Amino acid sequence: MEDDSKVFYEETNELIQALEKQILKLEKYPHDIVIIQEVFRLLHTIKGNAGMFGLTGVSDFAHLIESIYNLIRNNQIIINKQIINNSIESVDILNVLLNNGNQVPDIIKFRLDKIKNEFEHLLIQYRISKEKSTVATKSESINKISVKKEDSMSEIHKQAFIEEATELISELEKSLLELEKDKTNKDLISKIFRAMHTIKGSAAMFGFDDISVFTHDIESVYDLIRNSELSVNKNIIDLTLLAVDQISNMLKPDGNGTNENEAVTKQILSSFRDILNNHKVLNALSADEIDAKKISSSNFPKKIYHIFIEPNADIMGNGTNLLSLIKELRDFGESYIKACLDKSINMENINSEKCYTKWQLILKCDKDIDSIKDVFMFVEDDCKLVIKENNDKTLLENDEQFYLFCKTFEEKEFDFNYDINKEIEYFLGGDLFGLGALPKTIKNEVKTPKNTEIEKVSSIRVSSEKLDELVNLVGELVTVQARLSSIANNLSDPNLIAVSEEVERITWSLRDSALNIRMLPIGTLFNKFNRLIRDLSKDLNKEVNLTIEGAETELDKTVIEKLNDPLIHILRNSIDHGIESPEQRLTLNKSEIGEIHLSASQSGGEVLIKISDDGAGLNKDAIKQKAISQGLITEGTELSENELFGLIFQPGFSTAKKVTNVSGRGVGMDVVKKAIELLRGSIEVTSKPNLGTTITLKLPLTLAIIDGLLVDINNSNFILPLSSVEECVELVEKDIENAHGRNFINIRDEIIPYVNLRERFYIEGTKPDIEQVVIASVNNVKCGFVVDKVVGQHQTVLKTLGKVYKKVEGISGATILGDGTVALILDIAKLVEQEITIAKETY
Amino acid sequence: MPRTILTVDDSSSVRQMVGFTLREAGYDVIEANDGKDALNKMTGKQINLVITDLNMPNMDGIELIKSIRKNPINKFIPILMLTTESQESKKIEGKQAGATGWIVKPFKQEQLLAVVKKVLG
Repeated sequence: MEDDSKVFYEETNELIQALEKQILKLEKYPHDIVIIQEVFRLLHTIKGNAGMFGLTGVSDFAHLIESIYNLIRNNQIIINKQIINNSIESVDILNVLLNNGNQVPDIIKFRLDKIKNEFEHLLIQYRISKEKSTVATKSESINKISVKKEDSMSEIHKQAFIEEATELISELEKSLLELEKDKTNKDLISKIFRAMHTIKGSAAMFGFDDISVFTHDIESVYDLIRNSELSVNKNIIDLTLLAVDQISNMLKPDGNGTNENEAVTKQILSSFRDILNNHKVLNALSADEIDAKKISSSNFPKKIYHIFIEPNADIMGNGTNLLSLIKELRDFGESYIKACLDKSINMENINSEKCYTKWQLILKCDKDIDSIKDVFMFVEDDCKLVIKENNDKTLLENDEQFYLFCKTFEEKEFDFNYDINKEIEYFLGGDLFGLGALPKTIKNEVKTPKNTEIEKVSSIRVSSEKLDELVNLVGELVTVQARLSSIANNLSDPNLIAVSEEVERITWSLRDSALNIRMLPIGTLFNKFNRLIRDLSKDLNKEVNLTIEGAETELDKTVIEKLNDPLIHILRNSIDHGIESPEQRLTLNKSEIGEIHLSASQSGGEVLIKISDDGAGLNKDAIKQKAISQGLITEGTELSENELFGLIFQPGFSTAKKVTNVSGRGVGMDVVKKAIELLRGSIEVTSKPNLGTTITLKLPLTLAIIDGLLVDINNSNFILPLSSVEECVELVEKDIENAHGRNFINIRDEIIPYVNLRERFYIEGTKPDIEQVVIASVNNVKCGFVVDKVVGQHQTVLKTLGKVYKKVEGISGATILGDGTVALILDIAKLVEQEITIAKETY
Repeated sequence: MPRTILTVDDSSSVRQMVGFTLREAGYDVIEANDGKDALNKMTGKQINLVITDLNMPNMDGIELIKSIRKNPINKFIPILMLTTESQESKKIEGKQAGATGWIVKPFKQEQLLAVVKKVLG
């Protein structure tokens, strides 16, 4: 039950999110019936779910909104801005209600009541107007309403058709008037023909049978004209114009039915028929005759068919999928299907685009022969098809017999001349003795003659704790496996090594799939921001358009969860400081609407998230001034662009002149930086004045596993994240001498500072003659780390440190190596930062 | 993976009705209002089925079918044409151009889905 309710909350949360997305879409396209349907469906599901779990608050409220959307989708009330705004607010309220169980917190009580009132008001208004109309036209409207309810769906489509037909009619009129002046214009004629044709086709589809019948003959006349068998004269044009008026009359809901109208229709129609009759081309096929084709009854006694299909070799060239046709036949009843390959073909000359197979089927079903022919309606001309049915005398009694009969076909060659009646007779006669003495195994087999298809389950929900536990266990397994490998290698027993290699292989694929389960598309997070952008831009009176790219990029669930807040901060800053007000943008020759682009992509073991805007860009001078006034730098400090932009991530740093309720207090960007660093990621800022700012976040794919470089200092192991390591070089005495006691190394004319880890961690023992420097890049700053020995790449499971050691700076965690020893994982960013502060204090 | 169907028709209401029916049945639907538009919308996309009207401005259905079949990538895409009872000759013409099958207008939603299922399997 615990689990159930958790799943319910998650699912309902997702539903509410989806609802929000749809309503925002609806704001853009308020009359899109598909979106309205979707909103209605979502509300309905939320209501049902909440009801099931006893959340009456949620279900009642959802029910109220659902009724509104029900009216909207039935065209009974018209959607407006207020409804949409209220709906958006309702999403928030639904969220709060969901998280608070049945209690309504005071903060939203006011809003909830307000929206409830407004929606209820709408419903009451609708009911009053309905009552009024029923009183006015009592008997008539009762009939109409009941019809409406029956297929309210087609009502909406009907509405769409009426709109479209009205447009077509006005076009028709225009073309007709032009045609009057230019009677031989082929383009105009085919335009009129097409319009008539469309009206005819659509009218029949949406229940305007009278219009369809009416336009049919007009269309025929224009078909003749189009084929130059008839020429345009004034009479025809006048008649057509009359007809067009009549069509628009017929479109009006109360237009048909009156006697007067029908008389006009008949008159116009007979005039057109006269034209056709005169031309003696009236097609004998009238609509009634077509309808006379009866559909077969389904209570047909079971029959056995023997079907041969020999398709033309190039049948696949027109997109036909024969297998789906055979599947369709199989669904009719019991069947036996045998594919026969053309034996004469040479495998070397085979053309994969051609069909070399023919089929024979034995089918037992209650369909008549016409419905079987119908299956092949599209391919009749493309294959040789023979269908034979048995007569009543030779009927197989039960499925068992049918199955055995089919079995006899296994050895038989493909032959059109088989006579199913003879075959069955022969089978029944020949098997009279054998049937009772069947071995048991066959009988069992008989019970499941068809392969039962198991429904595929596309996904299941598992609570994230269970997943975490799985990943944890897999982590342990990876460690144990590493130990097994090292023991096996030490013992050098070939059998043991073989087993350990097998275990290693399986462990790694197990690890990969376990981690994969935790991956989620980042789109779930990105989509939330649509709403944020909408609200923020409204608050700030700016117009902003958010575009999203790479929503399908996958990231570890925990990383995605922790990205939410930093991204919100960055987006807020972009809108508040980046994007200018519409007026300002116009004066700068930019489009009034600001663009914010959110993109995600994967590169190697990292995911890049880019947030770019086309706003004002960062103001370098303002940043510098502010930094000086806050004492972060001195007047004379020369800073690279990168370092300058890095200052915005300092705590309490804001160049905003006024504080808005969105941003400007200088809390935020430092939090962003901290959060990203906690995720072992890094931030990069690029900005061009008046062109905009781009902030790039680099994040590891997963937090559970770290790809590291294993190093050794006096036999203690340390791991540096491999993603930041750039290269490893040797540190020779000469380099140290050249630096005159400072910790600098010269690599290809680039001066790079380094941290001597032995000194930093107070590790005793003598250092080797030649030390190694691992050059890493942190937030675009290069820094070296001096170690004794570089051991190699090591992929490992990250373990957090215990409570006591958690706060040790410079160490982000630990891992257990194959031989059971512990290696500490270095927090490079922190180490560099510390080193900078120490350096500042010393000078 | 939902399968993608491209519907081509110059009548927006037919498009809406076809689109709605197919979406309801779980297909992804792309709509185009004539042959040219359809070809544009097909490029670079994986389309599983094309349903096209025959009478359209710019590029009619037959031309569209021919153009689709010309591209080797689309050689095996099923194509359905929307015809009316009076267009028996068009059916043959379309078939020769490479259409897989046809649906006769007017049709009901179930009929449409049955034919789509028939060609998509």
